Amino acid sequence: MTAHVEVNGLRVTARNAAGETFPIVSEIDFALKRGEVLALIGESGSGKTTIALTLLGHARPGATIAGGSIRVGDHEILSLDARGIAQLRGNRIAYIAQSAASAFNPSRTIMDQVIEPALIHHLMPRAQAEKKAVELFRALALPFPDTIGSRYPHQLSGGQLQRLMASMALVTDPELVILDEPTTALDVTTQIEVLRAFKAVVLERGATAVYVSHDLAVVAQMADQIVVLNQGRIREKGAADQILHRPADDYTKTLMAAARPAIRPAPKQAVLPSAPLLEIRDMTAGYGKIGKDGRPRIPVLRDINLTIERGATLGVIGESGSGKSTMARVIAGLLPPAQGEVLLNGEPLPPGLKGRSRDQFRRIQLVFQNADTALNPAHSVGQILSRPLAFYHGLKGNAARLRVLELLDLIRLPATVIDRRCGELSGGQKQRINLARALAADPELILCDEVTSALDTVVGAAILDLMAELRKELGVAYMFISHDISTVRAICDDILVLYSGTMVDMGRREAFRAAPFHPYTDLLIGSVPEMRAGWLEESAAARSLPRIGAPAEEADLCRFLPRCPARIDGLCNVTPPPRHQLSKGNDILCHHGEVTLTQVQGVAA
Amino acid sequence: MAGASSSSGVKAALSLIAKRFASSLLTLFLVSLVVFTIAQLLPGDAAQEALGQSATAEQVQALRHEMGLDRPAHERYASWLSGMVSGDPGQSLVANLPVSEVISSRLPNSLLLAALSALVAVPVALAIGIGSAMNRGGKLDRALNISTLSMVAVPEFLVATLAVLIFSVKLRWLPSIALVADDMSWGDYLRGAAMPILCLSIVVIAQMARMTRAAVIDQMDRPYVEMAVLKGVAPVRMVLRHIMPNAVAPIVNAMALSLSYLLGGAIIVETIFNYPGLASLMVNAVTSRDMPLLQACAMIFCAAYLILMLIADVTAILANPRLRAQ
Ligand SMILES: Nc1ncnc2c1ncn2[C@@H]1O[C@H](COP(=O)(O)OP(=O)(O)OP(=O)(O)O)[C@@H](O)[C@H]1O
Ligand code: SF4
Ligand SMILES: [Mg+2]
Repeated sequence: MTAHVEVNGLRVTARNAAGETFPIVSEIDFALKRGEVLALIGESGSGKTTIALTLLGHARPGATIAGGSIRVGDHEILSLDARGIAQLRGNRIAYIAQSAASAFNPSRTIMDQVIEPALIHHLMPRAQAEKKAVELFRALALPFPDTIGSRYPHQLSGGQLQRLMASMALVTDPELVILDEPTTALDVTTQIEVLRAFKAVVLERGATAVYVSHDLAVVAQMADQIVVLNQGRIREKGAADQILHRPADDYTKTLMAAARPAIRPAPKQAVLPSAPLLEIRDMTAGYGKIGKDGRPRIPVLRDINLTIERGATLGVIGESGSGKSTMARVIAGLLPPAQGEVLLNGEPLPPGLKGRSRDQFRRIQLVFQNADTALNPAHSVGQILSRPLAFYHGLKGNAARLRVLELLDLIRLPATVIDRRCGELSGGQKQRINLARALAADPELILCDEVTSALDTVVGAAILDLMAELRKELGVAYMFISHDISTVRAICDDILVLYSGTMVDMGRREAFRAAPFHPYTDLLIGSVPEMRAGWLEESAAARSLPRIGAPAEEADLCRFLPRCPARIDGLCNVTPPPRHQLSKGNDILCHHGEVTLTQVQGVAA
Repeated sequence: MAGASSSSGVKAALSLIAKRFASSLLTLFLVSLVVFTIAQLLPGDAAQEALGQSATAEQVQALRHEMGLDRPAHERYASWLSGMVSGDPGQSLVANLPVSEVISSRLPNSLLLAALSALVAVPVALAIGIGSAMNRGGKLDRALNISTLSMVAVPEFLVATLAVLIFSVKLRWLPSIALVADDMSWGDYLRGAAMPILCLSIVVIAQMARMTRAAVIDQMDRPYVEMAVLKGVAPVRMVLRHIMPNAVAPIVNAMALSLSYLLGGAIIVETIFNYPGLASLMVNAVTSRDMPLLQACAMIFCAAYLILMLIADVTAILANPRLRAQ
């Protein structure tokens, strides 16, 4: 059987500000058979999306397809004219974009957009197309398949939009589907649902697929062939099994290593002083006016109690919207809590920014997810680092410069970057500067909000190593906020799991190694893809929701009830869950005791 | 479920529109206060103006009493406002006619001029703006960019003077003075009003075209447009079905601003071409201290401006599913 898709000597170039052309990808060759899935993997900037788009004959503004040949079925893509290629797009070759949330037109209904490819290519009448779309919605396990099409994108969640985008791609029964990081923007628990839906619908229809991803474990679930890219060139290609288990290329090996976070052991703790570094007592916080009952109009966090010891690392995990960033904002004083208090070294901190002293500011520093927006691209590294030195320590002139050089050494950047502008640095370098700016204050606690989420695996792993070293050298404590449980398990001493603003599980790192867990923790851990084929199918078997009666009206029930695979009818939907301790030492908020949890989870684990 | 959400959406949109309408009315009320106060602060008075320099103080006083100028300000404001609301803005002090009559002889001319200018300007501006956006960076775009930029930069009195020079003096196609009479045929009217329309259109076309281009280009860089390209959507459908629903709110907003400029720009153009419209009437009212007439004209201009803004707001609400369905 000859190849269905064949790419030879593909080369794409771009033009820089000075007008010189330079290659973005070059010497790309690969082929795949009908019905196969090929994965393109590599870090951001390696040219994955560029290659995927050329299969549709498209190059982003500024880039040009400069050479090579691409054949899909009987069509030579690069020799078609604009009309010819437009007839294939959305018809024989379909594209599923990375962020469905921005790839849907905000002003048009979902149904209009989903059936548009079928209509503009005159494949079927509207009524038939709508019927087919509803069938696809059903097959992709979307809620309310008959009416979901009449909604607008802003009324749907990211995971739902991603599946709707798949139905848009499949409505014309394309022979080739291109999926560009279709689950990267999703939480793990949503990702697993979407992956399952894709696998069932895209692949079982016999379409050939090109799956772009940076996540090896996800690729392991989907791909037959893997192409590893680095800086626009192919490093290694072959059958999925060979690449995942017997990689030949060094770069592939680095990628594999970065994908499995190394455990970074905690340094031996010094003798503890009487008061913990940070303590939060009965804290409730949210947005909007605070009502008579002491709860804000949009409550986000409630009944939070935690402590962070000197030099320790507390990991806070939870899905998007669970209130992780809100917690950091309360500690930093950006958002006064509605109830409860925050203590630093045993002394209560003023709730807002106003009452806090300069020294209190100095002790708690905040590092954000997005270094791009946190650092002014026009300022030099030296300028950025001098400012906190002057503000907190009154350092000026030569003394400040010496300290900046020390800081650069601390974050493992060469002294020469001191005069570079931030805009010229790479993402990883910017995040290091961001850290150095926090370190310039000599803080006791650094609040890190998703500091590695915007970075590639390899770069992110280097930042985590750096943070571990700094902790050893300087004894700073971290609150490490993340949605990624494997990272948190690898670097934190204590872990707090948030679900919808409540603490559902809290304990030492060791307690998170094996069952029993809180049912939500179990779902989180079970949703992290493993790097072997077949994991997706196995994990699918274990998940079904027990039937329960209507939940009681007023009671303050477990927030996880609607999604909990371990819920108990007559208990969870009637009475609020108690907080109790398991023998491993972690506190959970659940009706289940140790024995029953082990029974349920022991089987799956 | 979808049905319920869309009907509650309609309700939400209606209440939002009602709120905008109420705030426009409030603005109009505040404007009336300001207009009245400013009219009081203008130096000179109509009685003095009407009787001339030689009148005695008693004569002036008597006339002031007759005209009601000696009553306290708040009383005069209240009776003026209730008159305005009931459609009787008072007596023109100079023409000795009801203000409503003076205005009704001019208002249709002004509305006609504005409407015809808009009718010319809006389609042309849309075509230029969308055309240059679709051709972004190309030759056509650059040519249109330079011409609209120079049109924005030229003041309208210069445009008007140049137009007179070219079309009346050199080519002798059009009259340089806009004669408008009640019994004119449409053809004669159009010939007479062609130059004012031309001058007004040129200035607003340039502004509107530039803002349309910016609004369309802002949308063209969004990921959903690339997605539509990858679905095989052709350029014309792309603009009409994908980009326009998102760009319509900023475009209508820009249009409303430019069209409200037609009202103000009319003052200069009407004066140059001697066109019998509301703007030149208002200028006359200022010079003759005819306060009731001046106040009524000012209120009409403000109301027209607020109506345009209201239209822009309502369009923005109706075009945005988030506002429509909250
Ligand atoms: N300024 C605000 N006004 C109202 N609600 C807000 C505001 N900021 C955040 N929220 C809401 O508070 C909740 C928690 O937000 P938060 O940013 O803490 O989530 P998160 O866990 O950090 O999520 P992510 O992983 O997406 O960053 C969300 O429901 C969010 O919509
Ligand atoms: S309390 Fe019930 S619903 Fe909540 S997590 Fe425990 S078992 Fe699940
Ligand atoms: Mg966050």
